[in-house]
Amino acid sequence: MSMAAEERSLRAPWVLTAPALMLFVGVLLIPLAMTVMLSFHDWGQYKGIEPVFILKNWHEIATDPYYAEMFWRTFRIAILTTLLTALLGAPEAYILNRMSGRWKSFFLLVILGPLLISVVARTLGWALLFGGNNGLVNKLLMSLGLIGSPIPFMFTETGVVIALAHVMMPFMVLSVWAALQRLDPQIENAAMSLGAGPATIIRRIIMPQIMPGVLSGAIIVFSLSASAFATPAIIGGRRLKVAATLAYDEFLNTLNWPLGAAVATLLLVALVLIVVGSNALIERRYAEVFR
Amino acid sequence: MSRNGPLALIFHTVFVIVMVAPILVVCLVAFTPEGYLSLPTNGFSLRWFRTIANYPEFIHAFWVSLGLGALSSLVALLFAVPAALAIARYRFRGRDVLAALFLSPLMIPHVVLGIAFLRFFTSAGLGGSFAALIVAHVIIVFPFALRLTLAAATGMDRTVEMAAVSLGAGGWTLFRRVTLPLILPGVISGWALAFIQSFDDLTMTVFLAAPGTETLPVRMFLYIQDNIDPLVTSVSACVIAITMAALILLDRFYGLDRVLAGKGDTGR
Amino acid sequence: MAYLELDRVAKQFGTQTVVDDFSLSVGKGEFISFLGPSGCGKTTTLQMIAGFLDPTRGAIRLEGKDLTAIHPAKRGLGIVFQSYALFPHMTAAENVAFGLEMRGVPRNERAERVRAALAMVGLAGYEDRHPRRMSGGQQQRVALARALVIKPSVLLLDEPLSNLDAKLREEMQIELRQIQRTVGTTTILVTHDQNEAMSLSDRIVVMSQGKIEQIGTPQQTYEKPASAFVSQFLGKTNDFAGTIDRTVAPTQLVAGSWRAPAPAGLGGPVTVSVRPERIGFGDTGLGAKIITRIFQGNHWLFQCDSECGPAIVIRQNDGKAQPAEGDAVRLTWRAEDMSVRARADA
Repeated sequence: MSMAAEERSLRAPWVLTAPALMLFVGVLLIPLAMTVMLSFHDWGQYKGIEPVFILKNWHEIATDPYYAEMFWRTFRIAILTTLLTALLGAPEAYILNRMSGRWKSFFLLVILGPLLISVVARTLGWALLFGGNNGLVNKLLMSLGLIGSPIPFMFTETGVVIALAHVMMPFMVLSVWAALQRLDPQIENAAMSLGAGPATIIRRIIMPQIMPGVLSGAIIVFSLSASAFATPAIIGGRRLKVAATLAYDEFLNTLNWPLGAAVATLLLVALVLIVVGSNALIERRYAEVFR
Repeated sequence: MSRNGPLALIFHTVFVIVMVAPILVVCLVAFTPEGYLSLPTNGFSLRWFRTIANYPEFIHAFWVSLGLGALSSLVALLFAVPAALAIARYRFRGRDVLAALFLSPLMIPHVVLGIAFLRFFTSAGLGGSFAALIVAHVIIVFPFALRLTLAAATGMDRTVEMAAVSLGAGGWTLFRRVTLPLILPGVISGWALAFIQSFDDLTMTVFLAAPGTETLPVRMFLYIQDNIDPLVTSVSACVIAITMAALILLDRFYGLDRVLAGKGDTGR
Repeated sequence: MAYLELDRVAKQFGTQTVVDDFSLSVGKGEFISFLGPSGCGKTTTLQMIAGFLDPTRGAIRLEGKDLTAIHPAKRGLGIVFQSYALFPHMTAAENVAFGLEMRGVPRNERAERVRAALAMVGLAGYEDRHPRRMSGGQQQRVALARALVIKPSVLLLDEPLSNLDAKLREEMQIELRQIQRTVGTTTILVTHDQNEAMSLSDRIVVMSQGKIEQIGTPQQTYEKPASAFVSQFLGKTNDFAGTIDRTVAPTQLVAGSWRAPAPAGLGGPVTVSVRPERIGFGDTGLGAKIITRIFQGNHWLFQCDSECGPAIVIRQNDGKAQPAEGDAVRLTWRAEDMSVRARADA
């Protein structure tokens, strides 16, 4: 390479990425930094935000059991949602993958399509289905004899987890689906020719290979569920607070921005640690097998 | 020929019903002739669709959403296409860090972004403005625009460009006549996916929107917070119908599987 | 005595017949190749033997027992897939052990047999490698060991060498043949590569469009192709249009100015097939002009324009002078080097 060409290829990437880089520094990194700073500011009912450096908000979050309970609830909902999507989504992806061409693409569209439909509309649907003690879901479960008395879904964690699992399900199906696509199409025949039955094939051959897909789907679902806003706000209502709805309240109702910023910062840090940590774990676990 | 057993098919049927039920129930309730939430058991009626006309704030919010989605996706692409080309073709120091930065809005909870932008734009005196919404949406749709453009640029045959250079093309002509047409499918689907992402966002926008700049999801959310009545179901039904139409178009012209594969990677 | 027998086997997908009227008797220990272009039904036939597909008609018998009634997991056949289909999450040893485990072979015996199988394919010391960390050739060997360790009644090979590069493929061919001779397993190989089929098999089944074109030893199919398809598919060949002339006695076979005593049982228009390496230059015979002459090291390749259309001639490089481009020559061959078929198009 000539000197001029070499210099050009050194400069070119920076020239091309400079606009986007400036955009991200200017209106993403700076606002995020401002939010972290905000969490250290003081706030009073009448004096508003005072730009000082104190640990008051962090101290409050650390000592007031209300926040511990709220964060525990947030993560409990996210974990249950993740489990539910994995337990139902992974088998469904497998079943889909075994269907023949036309049905496969049709049902894939039916299951993944909701991904692009407004979260508000989908959650509204669950609110209608749950709708108090004589909602459709309760009527159906009771007429099937599965339950004796109506289960409260609205304004409960059960309801939030169900609706959230529905919203997140496409991510899990898609992730497992992608893992299934990487399977050798002859792998089941190979196992069968060696004498393995259907249950053995699923347990010994399929499950270990789609596990990375399930896990990466779980990370996506977990992080989106833990920071979900619309579904907990509509199904959970005002009393069942999670991190996102609490921050919303602090900002737009109580107007205690510094405290809301602290809650948001904590949520961000916790999620980044969890996601980065589990990604690293998964990668190490499967490095040998799936490069 | 399906290789699934009866148990698997029962599971599948229940699964699909549960996936479709909430969307279906919204669309059905929208057609109720009654004045309260109910399934249209006594015939279908369009009265709640007509009622939308009496609520100009919904119609206004729709136009805001449409304009915001179209514009922010376009602006995002203006930044994303050069960045994608740089990341796809050059191995330079800081490349991985840059790529991670550009995809980071996927990992940052939207509630945090909403708070950060609210703080930022309020300090800048732009609180509640349409311009602030555009900038904020550019950031959240950027990863989608970047990812699909990047895929197209990475998959592109570089020798075609070399051939063009050998024939005397260079600079802007090279980009406009050779590179851009080759990555165009990726760019267009990146735009479409970015648009859907922007059109659907509630969590971040709810912090930034003021009366007059409320988007449709925000308007619907605020309405549901007060009360749930058939009106919001008819609005939702319209949104669902529009999304479906866009999906069908996208599928016809580009292939939905590719778009969905791009969206499904959120968070990585 | 037939060990594996396919009796008028047919497979239809919808209205499309993929394999039709396939009958074959395989002797114990025999190495058979199904040879044909892609889409000729060879893999479908293999999959019916394996049990992944059910035949629409006909019977498949192993030692006289109906194989189609047995579930694929219970047939006890060893299969090497084109993609190898190794289990990526298991080590080489675990892959090989899987079939033994399914058969309830005790752990100690299993370990011993796995070690022996890997040693047989030249992979001693690779027990703990994962397939993704192995080369294509090594993966291929693991697949072979995995199929052989269960002592299969029949070994089925589905284009096993097609993913390897040319040099490695040749090495593996030799090795495969040696291993098969040593263990004596009845083997069926599916391939589209005629060299592979010829160098490995005892007999070749040439297939085209779902039908058997010819069954024979490699020499038979090469030297006496039963149809135009076989002669074209198995290497280069020259097809000359000729006629049987009955106006003279004895009747003569005429192709241009080449003539020979006519073979019995044929009359009228015929096709004369001669391999390029069997044609020589002589004083009499088919008139031709040399268009191009290409030197290829151990032989010369001539492309000629003959009285009966284009012709290819291959001559060993024996150090003697060869005709030059533009020379007029006479092409000649011995009667036993040609095969004569009635011409269908006339």
